[in-house]
Amino acid sequence: MNINLTLIAQLASFAVFVWFTMKFVWPPLVRALEERKVQIADGLVAAERGAHVKELAEQAAKEKLHEAKLQSAEIVARAEKRAAEIVDEAKEQARVEGDRIVTAARAEIEQEINKAREVLRTRVGELAVAGAEKILRREINADAHKEIVDELAKQI
Amino acid sequence: MASGETITSSEYISHHLTNLTYGRFPDGHWGLAHSAEEAKEFGFWAIHLDTMFWSIGLAVLFSYFFWKAGKNATAGVPGKLQNFVEMMVEFVDNSVKGSFSGKNPLVAPLALTIFVWVFLMNLMDLVPVDLLPRIAGAIGIHHMKVVPSTDPNVTFALALGVFALIIYYSIKIKGVGGFVRELTGMPFQTENVLLKPVFFVINLFLEGVNLLAKPVSLSLRLFGNMYAGEMIFILIALMYGAGVGMGIFGGALQFVWAVFHILVITLQAFIFMTLTIVYLDMAHSEHH
Repeated sequence: MNINLTLIAQLASFAVFVWFTMKFVWPPLVRALEERKVQIADGLVAAERGAHVKELAEQAAKEKLHEAKLQSAEIVARAEKRAAEIVDEAKEQARVEGDRIVTAARAEIEQEINKAREVLRTRVGELAVAGAEKILRREINADAHKEIVDELAKQI
Repeated sequence: MASGETITSSEYISHHLTNLTYGRFPDGHWGLAHSAEEAKEFGFWAIHLDTMFWSIGLAVLFSYFFWKAGKNATAGVPGKLQNFVEMMVEFVDNSVKGSFSGKNPLVAPLALTIFVWVFLMNLMDLVPVDLLPRIAGAIGIHHMKVVPSTDPNVTFALALGVFALIIYYSIKIKGVGGFVRELTGMPFQTENVLLKPVFFVINLFLEGVNLLAKPVSLSLRLFGNMYAGEMIFILIALMYGAGVGMGIFGGALQFVWAVFHILVITLQAFIFMTLTIVYLDMAHSEHH
């Protein structure tokens, strides 16, 4: 309970410890706190920026997707049109080819008819000559009258 | 208390209230006092070894851990020690920012030192009153007061340190003239030339009391609280010598008082710190 030299000694040690705290304890701790504050602030800003970038990217992706859909629809439409065209062309070609074949067949038939008619004509001439020969056996010589028979056959 | 030798209650109490004092005897040689009376006879030329040991020991403990935390402090994820120390630093920093308007790199470390040191010294009060003195007794030390803040030397030293800073910064910021004007020009002011010297004296008296009351109240508040707290622990400890029933009752009382005391020791440390900040703020500002 007595006030004595202890007071002075305590004052001195108080001064020493305050000095120590001021010199070696307070500054590094406060610096660390400040640094952390800055780091946290930076981190928050970076996170916000990241979120913004992500939003932009999502929007861009959406736009790309939309564009691709449009393009694919266009391609499909074009392909359908082209297919229809090809079918039409094929139909037309088939029709033309058919016509051609029919025409050719007709021409051939005509030819055959003509040929048959020719043969028939010759045969009829011959038959007429043979008939006439039988009738006129005596007076008419086949060789002498061949010219006349041929002429007849031609006229038929 | 429950020792082989029989001592009275008052002897027990006074034994607990005597510091381990090393001083100069009236005949001129230096040595340890063996009783409270001898310690008193030393007068000023004596030193309380127990007070010095515990207060400096606790301060070294505080300095060591806080220094270690400061040395390894990173802005990244803090460890347990750093976390705790940062908590204290931020708490003190907020208190200083809330109460101190000036700019002075001394105030916050001063407040931190005061808060932690006073708290640790007060904390010694929660150690059972007989434990450490008994251990000291076993190794031949007969007096041991383990709570430094129950020694007025400690509380007055702290308060005088703060007081010196108040005076220093008052003069440094306001100049000698400004400081004197502050002490004599308020609260009573007059234009009357005859009345001026009268008011001068009255003001000086009022402001002088105001100024001197700061260190006195600062130190006596802490001392009174801790002294009374320790006294009650000692009185409770007396019950252990009065039979089993009283002993159990005393144990319960000690627990309750210790729990309550946790609040008191923290509060006292906080009050000491806050008042220091406020007083220094007043020293830094022109008007109050």
